Amino acid sequence: MNLRLSTGPHLLSRESTQTLMLDVLIALIPTTAAGIYLFGSRAAWVLAVAVISAVVFEWLWQKLTRQPVRVKDLSAVVTGLILGLNLPAQAPLWMPVIGSLIAIVLVKQLFGGIGHNFLNPALLARGILLASWPAHMSVYYLPTRVLGATSVAPAADMTSAATALLRPSGFAPYDLLMGNIPGTIGEVSKIAILIGLLYMLFVGTVTWHVPVVFAGTTVLLTWILGGDPLASLLSGGLLFGAVFMATDYVTNPMTKRGQVVFAAGCGLIVTVIRLYGSYPEGVTFAILLMNILTPLIDRLTVRRIYGMVKKHA
Amino acid sequence: MREKKTFRGVFLNGVLNENPTFRLVLGVCPTLASTTSATNSIGMGLAATFVLVGSNIVISMLRNLIPDKVRIPAYIVVISTFVTIVQMLIQAFVPSLYEALGLFIPLIVVNCIILARAEAFAGKSSVFLSAADGFGMGLGFTGALLLIGAVRELLGNGTLFGNNILGGGFEPMLLAVMAPGGFILFGLILGIVNAITDRISARKGAKA
Repeated sequence: MNLRLSTGPHLLSRESTQTLMLDVLIALIPTTAAGIYLFGSRAAWVLAVAVISAVVFEWLWQKLTRQPVRVKDLSAVVTGLILGLNLPAQAPLWMPVIGSLIAIVLVKQLFGGIGHNFLNPALLARGILLASWPAHMSVYYLPTRVLGATSVAPAADMTSAATALLRPSGFAPYDLLMGNIPGTIGEVSKIAILIGLLYMLFVGTVTWHVPVVFAGTTVLLTWILGGDPLASLLSGGLLFGAVFMATDYVTNPMTKRGQVVFAAGCGLIVTVIRLYGSYPEGVTFAILLMNILTPLIDRLTVRRIYGMVKKHA
Repeated sequence: MREKKTFRGVFLNGVLNENPTFRLVLGVCPTLASTTSATNSIGMGLAATFVLVGSNIVISMLRNLIPDKVRIPAYIVVISTFVTIVQMLIQAFVPSLYEALGLFIPLIVVNCIILARAEAFAGKSSVFLSAADGFGMGLGFTGALLLIGAVRELLGNGTLFGNNILGGGFEPMLLAVMAPGGFILFGLILGIVNAITDRISARKGAKA
């Protein structure tokens, strides 16, 4: 008889980093497809360069530092794709390369690789690109679909806008929902993001807490403070950030209670930056700031074990 | 079992083994503030070197006269004297540098490298060795600032000492000359330099 002795846990789930990442990739398919449909082949190039360079940097770093190569866990693919979706379709192609270098090497590998980064890699990369090359990162173009299929690039002042956030009344709710608005590749089509969210909720990759509380806080606060709640939900990067970036396991509090605090904090910061800050959009900075607070939230929201007496100071 | 200190040994200790920026990680504030360009880095480095050498020599000469209880205020008086001298010299002879560094010249008074060397070295060593320590630490500081400043100026502006190096096609990375980029690049350069020096000293250790 062949008996095997091992220590617990004995229940193994088929879930691994790879399957989780695969689920996220599946959830990103509608957004990716919508982005390429709306912005044309240019968007496909940006996304492809971002993904390939992210994988190459991960592979190179693990080779150079003589670590086991873990490219197959797909996490670099997810990081690269999310980074690409965070860029405007007209971004020069060296930008996704630099972004991937920052995301993979600086944010992820230098802090110990997968699971050890204290910030969302794709987001910090976007933040650094935004601060470094504002000319490329803060001018968005209307999707080529909307402009009509002209091969000649129209004059910049016709097609570019800061982001739909700046003039929310200029767009009908239907266009905001479908993505016929200026923005980054991934953030414009709200329908595609929601399909992705439904898939992730269905297979259990994420729970509803972070996306719903994040978006809900933003809408509620915008309404209270006199902004346009519908535009705050549909015109910027709020949904994309709330669904795909604030839900990152590594940079999220561990308990449900902590995640609600985290998401509400994100919503508060987004609203304050959008309404009172000098940047039109604040989703990137909001999530990054709350990422930094995550260890603190974890400490403050530790579940009290039943029967334990509260310590007195 | 301490080997006898020589001028050369103390000097090299300041430049390499105990480099104030990369090894002791002292004076981070002036490092981040003045390394936005290679020229500013050299200016700040040499000004600090002048103050370091001067204050080290004077404090070493006075080390038996200064009562222990008031030594810190006494050191600060000596240091601020030299800072005032260097500030007036820069203002008179290199007004452009004076404009660029601004507040950070008088702030050399509170540069912790200078007080740390007064406290840790000049206060208990001979004048000759204190001068060596001041030179070594000062030049180590200058070299480190120059390295960081060159990288930041090259990335953030495409230039080196104001000369265009990377050509017109290069789009400067604004973040490199801003404070957050300063922190990130300082950390990266610190890590790279220490990895290299560790490897060199490991190789030396293997030979010996």
